[in-house]
Amino acid sequence: MSHLLEARNLDKRFGAVTAAADISVTVAPDSVIGLIGTNGAGKTTFVNMVTGYLKPDKGRIYFEGRDITALHPRQVTRLGICRSFQIPQLYNSLSAYDNLIVALGIVLRNAKPAPWARAPRLVPGHDLPLADAAEALLERFDLGEFRDKPAGVLPEGVRKLLDIAMALANKPRVLLLDEPTSGVSSEEKFAIMDRVMSAVRAEGAAVLFVEHDMDIVARYAGRVLAFYEGRILADGAPDVVLADPQVREYVIGGQAEPKEVSHA
Amino acid sequence: MKKDRTPSLLLAALVALLILGLVLPEWRFLGTLAIGKGLTVLGLLLLLRTGLVSFGQGLYYCLGAYAAGTLGQFWGTTDALLLLVVAGLAAGLAAAILGILLAAYRGIFFSMLSLALSMILYGLLVKSAALGSTDGFNLPAPTLFGLPLVSHDSRYPLFVLACVLGVAAALAMHYYFRTPLGRLSPAIRDNEIRVEYLGASVRAAVHVKYVIAGILAGVGGALTGMTVGHIDPEMAYWTTSGEFVFVAILSGTGSVAAPFLGSFIFELVRTFAYEYSPNSWQLALGTAMLLIIVFLPAGLWSLVQRRRA
Repeated sequence: MSHLLEARNLDKRFGAVTAAADISVTVAPDSVIGLIGTNGAGKTTFVNMVTGYLKPDKGRIYFEGRDITALHPRQVTRLGICRSFQIPQLYNSLSAYDNLIVALGIVLRNAKPAPWARAPRLVPGHDLPLADAAEALLERFDLGEFRDKPAGVLPEGVRKLLDIAMALANKPRVLLLDEPTSGVSSEEKFAIMDRVMSAVRAEGAAVLFVEHDMDIVARYAGRVLAFYEGRILADGAPDVVLADPQVREYVIGGQAEPKEVSHA
Repeated sequence: MKKDRTPSLLLAALVALLILGLVLPEWRFLGTLAIGKGLTVLGLLLLLRTGLVSFGQGLYYCLGAYAAGTLGQFWGTTDALLLLVVAGLAAGLAAAILGILLAAYRGIFFSMLSLALSMILYGLLVKSAALGSTDGFNLPAPTLFGLPLVSHDSRYPLFVLACVLGVAAALAMHYYFRTPLGRLSPAIRDNEIRVEYLGASVRAAVHVKYVIAGILAGVGGALTGMTVGHIDPEMAYWTTSGEFVFVAILSGTGSVAAPFLGSFIFELVRTFAYEYSPNSWQLALGTAMLLIIVFLPAGLWSLVQRRRA
């Protein structure tokens, strides 16, 4: 059992749209995998299936050999498969600090051996009291200056980082990042990815990130999965996959060439 | 880090209330009544902070009062603590059962379903001749460890019990909001998906909060019943539940003390408005509500907060 995560023959259809067709992927510990593909190619569907938000029509998903196909997102999260969102999912009325307090508080509460038992003093995996663990996460993502601002008024790039910081509360073994640099100016992209990857690598988690910017993919991914119409078109090292003629035509080409404007 | 002043302020308020009650005997009845309803509104505050509006807290308010009432009327129990505990348990049990259903609903569906459930209890009580039908029945005067809490010349002991209960509940709620489970309230209001994706069950958390609100309403109803000495099915009628929502909005959700302040002002306005214009007292209440919504959108408590800030 050398795979951390394994998806076997996943199928998912939404009416006439095929979002996943016979998707099989294995993920080794410590890998950094970029998921590429045009909009609607099935990247986010894959993320949603792995995290329990969507149930595949066919196929199974295993985490450390255990079948997790039928689990809810909260159960998958507790096992250590955590995600961030393309559109940050934050508690907008709460400060950045309180967002992390909520996140870490859940981890603390889940660590109780029984509902009536006392919660442990230290947040599991962080080995710090609640408040200190929240401060440490803020610091790790360099969010100190936004500590007391409501999440709803923070700039998009900061919201992205906070969203990812919250995904680390559960000490993930697998971390899925859905477009970590979308909505961020191109100058900021590398800075954000640098910060994210250095913060995340300290966790020793396998990282899967959905990304449209091929420069980001080439720089950070150790392996690339190219999605096209619900299928995996190519799977391998970035230089190989990004040079694949099919990938160039169906995945990258669609973006690199200027789109034809219809005048209908 | 800001120092938490709420506990010391609440304890100071308790001392002030006890002294005020001693020197102003004619206010004891109103004060006790306001605390009884304030407890129910405190439960509503918990639900409001979770993003839920229950138009059916009258259900538990009435259930608590009837649980205490039947125990007093038919078994001759007069011990206030015992009656309050039984009221809280009965209401909590009912909330635990109905919560299985309600915890799956949000927004207008949650509000209307809770209203419908309270009207079922109202309907049942109206049809129950043994429980006095629409007239309800009287409660014997409560005692505590054999000592009378209410006598013809003094309501002070019951007032003291109510004040202690009110402050204890407010304190407990204050600390509850600092626990991981308590902190889920604003989180659920803001973003349920993220709560699930952090490993917590929204439904279970909503259920627990609903039960807590039910217990508070049950205890509040029993306390009100003891104060007035009479209970009737009106306590479960939707206008009673609506009144709690009214008071909750009037008070604001800014502090655990706000429901009690709001309840007191509400009872005050109602008493005086009723005294001076028995036929149009609702007009005075409506005007008060309108003014508060326009000038104090965060409720009466914003007056206190503004001064402190």
